[in-house]
Amino acid sequence: MSEIKKFLYVNRKAPYGTVYALESLEVVLIGAAFDQDVRLIFMDDGVFQIKKGQNAEASGMKNFSPTYNALGDYDVNQIYVEKESLEARGLTLDDLMDLTYEDEDDDWAEKKSIRLLSADEIRDLMEESDVVLSF
Amino acid sequence: MLHIVNKSPFEKDAFTSCMGHASSSSTVLLIEDGVFAALKGSAVADQLSKAKVVALQSDVAARGIEANLAEGIELVDYAGFVDLVTENRTVQSWV
Repeated sequence: MSEIKKFLYVNRKAPYGTVYALESLEVVLIGAAFDQDVRLIFMDDGVFQIKKGQNAEASGMKNFSPTYNALGDYDVNQIYVEKESLEARGLTLDDLMDLTYEDEDDDWAEKKSIRLLSADEIRDLMEESDVVLSF
Repeated sequence: MLHIVNKSPFEKDAFTSCMGHASSSSTVLLIEDGVFAALKGSAVADQLSKAKVVALQSDVAARGIEANLAEGIELVDYAGFVDLVTENRTVQSWV
């Protein structure tokens, strides 16, 4: 097998208004089957993708946000949210979904997948990635 | 008159341009990603006082931001949307 690469998915669009968020989620889930090192960034309007309490029923659209809960089961547990993006939108970490995973190296303890990063730290994450996929 | 904004204020300048041109007697209706302009404590929240701002309830609910709205934001359903269009002589859509 080829070497493991660092894949970075950069999510910058709000859900529902455009199809970027849903498309990204589908690509992440497909890519998760290939045993790579996968990281997700939610920044700019992308932070709205993992906002708690989405209910699309009355709008006639599909609420796909529960699917983000499945990421941990696919070993996608490095999820980074840009602090500056949350602040500009009047949001905090408490407004986001509680995304978790079970750590197989720690007796399957449940751990949080989401970490807040500054714009500078996001920049470093981009620099160290082998593959960047932009949505 | 009625102004309609359907783009996120953090991605496009439609909302800011709208609020810069709306009279205090006009109504601004936020729909689709435009509803993000109604968030409490955001970078554009100080513009909300310039006109009466209402938001489409179903688009607010889809995005899960009911509890995050600024004070004074009125919610309307699709019938209320139609009422606003018929009550106002003119409509400007900031697409």
